[in-house]
Formats: sequence, structure tokens, C-alpha cells
Amino acid sequence: MLNNLTQNHEYPGKLFVVEGIDGSGKTTQLGLLAKWLTAEGHRVFVTEWNSSVLVKAATKTGKKKNALTPMTFSLLHATDFADRLLYKIIPPLKAGMIVLADRYAYTAFARDATRGVDRQWVRELYSFAVRPDLALYFRVPIDVSVDRLLARRVKLKFYEAGMDMGWSSNPTESFRLFQGKVLDEYDDIVKEFGLEVVDARGSITEQQRLVRMRVAPHVQLNQVDGPPGEIIHDELV
Amino acid sequence: MTSSSDAPGAPDPGANGERQAGSYYGREIPYLPLNDYPGKLIAIEGTDGVGRTTQTQLLREWLEVKGYGVVETGWTRSPLMQPTIELAKSSNTLNKLTFVLLYATDFADRLEKEIIPALKAGFVVLSDRYIFTALARAGVRGVDRQWLRNLYGFAIAPHMVFYLNIDVKTLIGRILASRGMDFWESGMDLKHGDDIYDSFRTYQSKLLREYASMADEFHFRVVDARRTVDRIQDELRRQVSAFLEPADRPAEPMLTR
Repeated sequence: MLNNLTQNHEYPGKLFVVEGIDGSGKTTQLGLLAKWLTAEGHRVFVTEWNSSVLVKAATKTGKKKNALTPMTFSLLHATDFADRLLYKIIPPLKAGMIVLADRYAYTAFARDATRGVDRQWVRELYSFAVRPDLALYFRVPIDVSVDRLLARRVKLKFYEAGMDMGWSSNPTESFRLFQGKVLDEYDDIVKEFGLEVVDARGSITEQQRLVRMRVAPHVQLNQVDGPPGEIIHDELV
Repeated sequence: MTSSSDAPGAPDPGANGERQAGSYYGREIPYLPLNDYPGKLIAIEGTDGVGRTTQTQLLREWLEVKGYGVVETGWTRSPLMQPTIELAKSSNTLNKLTFVLLYATDFADRLEKEIIPALKAGFVVLSDRYIFTALARAGVRGVDRQWLRNLYGFAIAPHMVFYLNIDVKTLIGRILASRGMDFWESGMDLKHGDDIYDSFRTYQSKLLREYASMADEFHFRVVDARRTVDRIQDELRRQVSAFLEPADRPAEPMLTR
């Protein structure tokens, strides 16, 4: 058995992860964190779940025909993750950069278990992953998340809303049911993998203050002598 | 593979031969419980060019003449994944881990949509290659063997696994006499060198060793594939009928009294 996900990595860089359901505000927080780290003189590499070119094609075919099963959904995302880890996450870590990941293996643990895949099997599947230096979980009640998404007039995505489970034909209701169960899974994951919880009901500024407080011990601040910092998004590389 | 025994309290249930034929090797797919089902799963394994496909087709015809319903399945043949795998092979973007996972996705798709439904409907499922090819190819490429077995824990242990065994010298003769050596079957991605012959020999020798190392673990019925097509087929038929007939003899019409 590989146990990378439970052992500290030895790369010179740092890996910080944000987790949480849609509407938890994690992407906003990640963006602000990136800004701050860059201002402190760091080169920051930002990578997102589900952004690999290779798997996009297959996911598209699957989604179009509504043909993904919980197992193939899980395996496709693991394939995508492996691709991203080896090409987009590990190289910058080796180069001593800071990598910020918007969602990580924990997203798969929560979603796949909710879809009925064996919990332990998914954990073993992702055991090749690098353990983050810090994983922040933005915990939000389901009602708050739904209100935020509806206020932004976001069209709920088929799989995000768990429409494939057939629990409700109403996307909002399906999202509520599905992501409600995802939240329960996250609660167990937080304990098992030591994720740090941020109360995502607070104001954006207050949350960001907490985020920076938790990140600070892991990074050097005020790097005024070096080259200026920059943000690199993985889709652009 | 003995690593499942080095954690006595909580063994990792992965793909290994300890599970009963017809059930999941390891952690089952929770939403697809396998109760009693009437079908049988027969896998025909062996390296590239050993004659698997020919044997599978002959076996299918023979079974159908005897009155069995047969469903054939093969590696990377799922409608979901075939285009993606072909795309990946033709470009050079795949690393060994994503390759393994794409194959596993393809297998999961076929297992859920073809193999399990056919078994539940009482078909004999003939699988031209099974998970062992994936395990062998990935093992040769240095992927952690226990991780691979956990990954494929959701596979069903076939009722019979025929392993068509051949030596690399005979294999080379056959390949050269038929279709020639191909990039992937020669393991050129492993960069043993530019010479396709040397690469083929090195790679296939390693693959054959990897298959051989699985023979006991997964209860392979080893068949000598150096013989003629007919001799091999005779042996397969003998073993298949010994297995199928006592349990489930198809109704034979009484033509004479």
C-alpha cells in the first residue's frame, strides 16, 4: 500500500489546498490567498480540479450520453488527478514554488462515497497523492451554499447537483440532497486527514484573515530582496 | 503477492486469488451486489500475439453450437473510453499512472454495463484479456503492485482463467511471420533503446515473467501456446466442458427414440 497521503512530502515547495462544496466561497479565498502570497514575493502556482485536457474529452462524452456510473466517474477523476499531480503539482513543488490547489483528493472521497463507491477503495485509489502542507475546509450549511449559488444565478451542473443519482428531477432540490450528504462525508474526512476547518459563514475578509494566519507559519514573508512574485494558472501553462 | 498478509489485523482486500470464483476480488461495488447469478465468466489471457483472439472466437462458436449464449468482451473496447485511449496512445501525454487509470476506467465501464448484466442474464462471458494484462503491463512499468491489486479489487474473479503460455523466442517468430512488431507491444515507451527488436525481446520477456508470477495467485490454467491452434482449442474445450456440463447441461433434443 502507498501511504503518500498520510506522510509528509520532501519537496522544497509548499502545497496548500482548499476544499468545500460549491458555494462555500473557497475559490474566492484561494484567489485572495494567491494575491497575498505574490505580494510577499512568492511565485504561486494555482491549479483546479478537473482541468486536464486529456480527460476532458472522455468526461464530455460520458456526460453527453449521461453514461458515467459512480465507478467510472470516480476513476475518470482519479485519472485526471494523476495527470495534474504529475505534470502540474509535483514539478512546481520540486522547484520550490507554492502550489495552491482548488479541491484535492478529499473532494473525490466526499463525492464518490456519496455516490455509493466504497470509501476505503477511493482512499486507496488516491494513495499516490502528495500530502498537502495545509488543507483548509470551508464548512458551510447547505442553505447558505444554495442561496449563494442562486443569488449568483449559477446554473447548477448535472453532476455537481448529483442529478445522476435520480434523487430529484429538480436541480436545486437534487443539489440540496446530494451536497447535504457530501457535507456529512467531509465531516469524517476532516477528522481522518486533519483538515483545518474555516467557518464559511463569516465575512470574506474575516475568513481571509484566518486563512492567512494559518498559512503564515508555512511560508517566508516579506521576501523583498528576491524577484517579484507572480501567479501562474495551470490552464495557461 | 503476499503483502495482504503483512497486516494481520486488517488485510487489504485487493485483487488476489483468495476470493471465490464469481465474486468480487476485493472491495465490492456497494451499489452492485452480486448474489447468485446463472452466468459464467471465462478469461483468456496471454501476451500480445499469442493467439488469444483466435482461440476466443473458436471457443465462442463451439459454445454457441452447443447452445450456450455467449457475450464477448475485450480490453479497451468500452464505448466510453475507446476514443480517449486511442487519443492518448497517439499523442505522448500519458504517463504510466494515467495509463493504468484509463484502462481501469474502461474495465469498470465494461464490467458494469456488459459483463455483470450478461452474467445475471445467464450468458457465458468470454473475456479476451482480463485484468491480468493490466497488472502485468503496469507491474513491468514499476507501478506499485499492491496498489494495483487494490485498484482492481472491484473486478470479478473469473470462473476460469486460461493463460496462453509461450516463450519469447517462439513469440518473436510468430509476430514476425504475421503482423510485425508494434510500438506499444515492444514497450518502446520504456525507452530500452531505439532498436525495436531488442526492445520487443526485453519488454516481452519481462511481461512473460510478470504473467508467470501471477499464475498461482490467480489460479491460472496454464495452456502451452506453442502448439497448433487446433491442439490448443481442444484443450480449452475439454476444460470448459468439464466445468460447464455437470452443472448446466443445455437441453439436447431427443431426435430418436
